[in-house]
Amino acid sequence: MQFMLLIYEDDAARVAHMDDWMPHCGAYVEAMKKAGIYVAGERLRGVDATTSVRVRAGQTQVVDGPYAEAKEQLGGFHLIEVPDLDAALAWAARCPSAARGAVEVRPVWPL
Amino acid sequence: MTASAAREARAVAEAIAREGYGKLVALLASRSRDVAGAEDALAEAFAAALEDWPIKGVPRSPEAWLLTVARRRLVDRVRRARTAESAAGDLAWLAEELASVPEPEIPDERLALMFACAHPAIDAGIRAPLILQTVLGFDAATIASAFLTSPATMGQRLVRAKRKIREAGIPFEVPGGPELAPRLADVLDAIYATYAEGWLDPRGADARRRNLADDAIGLGRIVVALLPEEAEGLGLLSLMLHAQARRRARRDESGQYVPLAEQEPGDWDGALIDEAEALLLRASRLPGSGRFQLEAAVQSAHAARRRHGRSDWSAIFLLYEALFASTGSPVVAVNRAIALAELRGPEAGLAALDTVSSDRALDDYQPYWAARAELLARVGKTDDAARAFERAMGLERDPAVRRHLDRRRNTLQPAKPSETNAERRVESLMVEKET
Amino acid sequence: MKFLCLAYEEQAVLDALSRSEWDALRSETLAYLEILEKGGHLVRADPLQSARTAATLQVRGGRLAVVDGPFADTKEQLGGFFLIEARDRAEAIALAARWPSARLGSIEVRPIEEGLPEERRYRATGMEAAPGDRAFARRDGGDRRDSRDERDDGNEGGAR
Repeated sequence: MQFMLLIYEDDAARVAHMDDWMPHCGAYVEAMKKAGIYVAGERLRGVDATTSVRVRAGQTQVVDGPYAEAKEQLGGFHLIEVPDLDAALAWAARCPSAARGAVEVRPVWPL
Repeated sequence: MTASAAREARAVAEAIAREGYGKLVALLASRSRDVAGAEDALAEAFAAALEDWPIKGVPRSPEAWLLTVARRRLVDRVRRARTAESAAGDLAWLAEELASVPEPEIPDERLALMFACAHPAIDAGIRAPLILQTVLGFDAATIASAFLTSPATMGQRLVRAKRKIREAGIPFEVPGGPELAPRLADVLDAIYATYAEGWLDPRGADARRRNLADDAIGLGRIVVALLPEEAEGLGLLSLMLHAQARRRARRDESGQYVPLAEQEPGDWDGALIDEAEALLLRASRLPGSGRFQLEAAVQSAHAARRRHGRSDWSAIFLLYEALFASTGSPVVAVNRAIALAELRGPEAGLAALDTVSSDRALDDYQPYWAARAELLARVGKTDDAARAFERAMGLERDPAVRRHLDRRRNTLQPAKPSETNAERRVESLMVEKET
Repeated sequence: MKFLCLAYEEQAVLDALSRSEWDALRSETLAYLEILEKGGHLVRADPLQSARTAATLQVRGGRLAVVDGPFADTKEQLGGFFLIEARDRAEAIALAARWPSARLGSIEVRPIEEGLPEERRYRATGMEAAPGDRAFARRDGGDRRDSRDERDDGNEGGAR
């Protein structure tokens, strides 16, 4: 089944160190690809480039910034295909971001 | 109640929860085989103690007090849960137990409890968690983190396993005769799985959370104390103590990873090594060889560096040969290849690694890729080595080891490195997690 | 430019929907996905199972901890996302505003970091990214879906 590994990190630190951290992230993604479990993944720009949109009573409200004002923000994700939650957690534990922030593991619905 | 009486009561209760929990659960569950019920009754007894002891004082035999209260709770439970008729049998023996004056010295049935938890009818993956919970009183959330499962899932698995013990009639006893050896192997495997998880935590200095490595050694000591003539039990304890002796030497003051070859033997815990050696010697005089004695002997050959300045690689190679013959494990094959590289050079090591490289089990096995990378570096195949280092990095979950691999990758020299350096490096690969 | 649109919803609001409201939301969402697809905007869409199914993992000082539940303790929780291709931020916001669940919760629109060239990821090793191996390939057709149908997911959360 497919699992989303959601990466939460201190956004300012992540943006500042994106270059330094790249080799570790790259190695991690490469290992997942070689293991044949990698489906997709992306890195997000810093949270200051974020816009939140909601629609209430037919009116679209647009505000700058993320939904939750927090130091640690979603910084990216990996989507993997593995047999079960334990396997997903085993891969999440190898994610370099787990040592800096946190990795949230969520099963994906089939569309 | 005075604050100091409350403090004393709490301290005594906590000490029992730490030291005697498994003894009490083992006694409470041994006849009913209802581990969950025993745990609940014991939890209620602890709660009662915290109310009662600060007022009336801590009883002379606190464990016996807890046992009596917990047994009463079990009786109440059985009465409530069943019709008078079906409960009659259980109530009869419970009454019998209640009537018996609790012994001042609580008998240690923890080994029987461990044998029940590691019974062949229990799924192998849940045996170690089950022992941690029932013998040591760990909660499901802590166990889940140690075994990398979600707490909810771990909780369900533990509940299911306990139900199985009750419903499948799994006995609470140490088997005798020819059954003992294979059943003991299952118990030892579970203890070693616990140790392996604890070993991954390099510091073990977080006071709020117990350290699994220490707890596994504690379990090993129970086995050795209660089955002193079983060579494999001695072997496992020896193996764990050898590894434990080097545990702190794996990090320098700044928290950087220090591979085995770069550790100063002076940083190892000499007393633990001596104890480990004595246990191994004792085991060697008893009948019955096995995996744990062989693995402890490997560690002993590494510890030889204390005296001779170098690991005994020919002994290590032969020991891995023997282990491979009995297990066929690809992990053992990786270690054997490393030892071979030490004896006959990196090409021989790489050729040995190639014989297992098609094994899919090694795809995600970090030590295989780290070993491969080091050997490729030694023969000057820098690009291949870099790729293998990257693979190892991507598979590693310890940030300190990841940084170490990254450093190695970034300092690869295209020319063949000098032999002395290479020797030291390859020794650093000896993987110490072999489960 | 690629934008990741994160759909946040409050569990209580979702739980309060009737069966028919669920079904309506689902078919509306599927219809809108088709519009995005036809317009060449859709890269992929991934609805997540309820935040109640989440497990969060952290490593601190070499110690690993797994807890149940999502990382962020907020009223609205990430319920899924869709990745779109848009000319600019304005277009991305306009496309996000039409996502049906924007009426129930909120959609966070975040640009993807495409600034780091692929070769820099692997510069230290000289390792090349395999051709066609962009980190984010369009989800391929049927086989994956077949395997996912066999999941044992307890049907929590409903049909998005």
